[in-house]
Amino acid sequence: MAYAAHFAATVLACYLTAQVLATSTWTWRSPRVAIVCWQAVGLALGLSAMGLPMALGLTAYDRPTGGALLALGSDLTHGTLPAGMGAIHLGLVGIGFGIGAVLFGTTVRSLHAAVRAQRRHRDLLTLVARRDPEVPGALVLDHPGAAAYCLPGVRPRVVVSAGTLSMLDRAELEAVLTHERAHAQERHDLVLLPFTALCRALPWFRWVRDAHARVALLVEMRADDKARELHAEAPLAGALRRFAAAGHRVTPAGALGMGEGDLDVRVQRLLIADRPPRLIGATALTVAATLLTLPISLFLS
Amino acid sequence: MTRLGDLERAVMDVLWDTVPGTSDGVTVREVADALDGRELAYTTVMTVLDRLAGKGMVQRQREGRAWRYRATASREAYIAQLMLDALDLGGSRDAALVRFARSVTGTEADVLRAALGAEAAGSLTDRVEDPRTDRAGQPALADEATDR
Repeated sequence: MAYAAHFAATVLACYLTAQVLATSTWTWRSPRVAIVCWQAVGLALGLSAMGLPMALGLTAYDRPTGGALLALGSDLTHGTLPAGMGAIHLGLVGIGFGIGAVLFGTTVRSLHAAVRAQRRHRDLLTLVARRDPEVPGALVLDHPGAAAYCLPGVRPRVVVSAGTLSMLDRAELEAVLTHERAHAQERHDLVLLPFTALCRALPWFRWVRDAHARVALLVEMRADDKARELHAEAPLAGALRRFAAAGHRVTPAGALGMGEGDLDVRVQRLLIADRPPRLIGATALTVAATLLTLPISLFLS
Repeated sequence: MTRLGDLERAVMDVLWDTVPGTSDGVTVREVADALDGRELAYTTVMTVLDRLAGKGMVQRQREGRAWRYRATASREAYIAQLMLDALDLGGSRDAALVRFARSVTGTEADVLRAALGAEAAGSLTDRVEDPRTDRAGQPALADEATDR
């Protein structure tokens, strides 16, 4: 029972940590640390969600979950079960495995869907996008709308629309391109993938979508930081403002996932040059590491 | 872009541009002739068209002993499709694009969807009208440009 309590406590701690992460603003000053924390919390939560029903089902063994699972496996092959191990207990263990399978399955399916959609997108780009000497290393889509994005992958593509080219000046465009290359280099699509998968698996939970939105914003801020390292703050902030202004007389409600509030937040943080909060960051990393260690150690012992 | 991608693009350009008014498509020979400057072998052009057909980019129809090829959709429709992905209006997050920011006016979104819708209807008249709907998007751009 003690092990089930461990898992339950981890679930609770993960929930509380996620609440803190979602509401605190230090994360904006060190987005990378915050992203790592979110990933650790997400992984710990997934493992604990698997472990909790398993541990409840395995109380008869009175051993940590990993060892108990192995013992159950050998007992099942020999056809003998210890006293107090009934159908309900076996069912609980099955539920644990089921949760694991669903989490893993949705992640794989998301990855598969992403690879397919990206291949299609890449094929179309080959046919209709053009290279432009003004923007070396990027592809240009001849369309008046304003878009700048990165098609991730082994050979990533940075794409801007003609509308973006006419909207931004030289320095702003350079900043945007650096921002997109940062996405490509750090594989931010893979960072977001588990959260996208979770949104798919649990579409009716608000907090899952919130977590996804948070991490998506942090990923943008991280790329903003890379761009501001190479260029100054001003062009990047300028580019963001132009995008915000162009979209202002907008738009069907709900069509845009990213609120204009998010753009404002990104501009604001560029204007305030703050050092990353080292103490808070270190604390957060310690908490996240502890959260992750708890379920892993139970599964490994 | 790879050499193969380059060829695919050149062939599609032929289907879109250099063979006007052929609703029932062109033969491999005609495409090869239009790409005269590149001195491509007949079989190369056929391979490229095969690949494009495999990807669903061109449709083919047998006529006598030869196949006739035509583009599945107009260039504008493909650009519209990419833009819908880029602006996250396509309704699917599968492509997992990471965007700098996006901004669309309501009219632009409508125009993009219309360009796709017209293509889905697939009739020839719709296709002729395509460029016109695209041009309807231009005032919105001019509007934005005045923002600066």
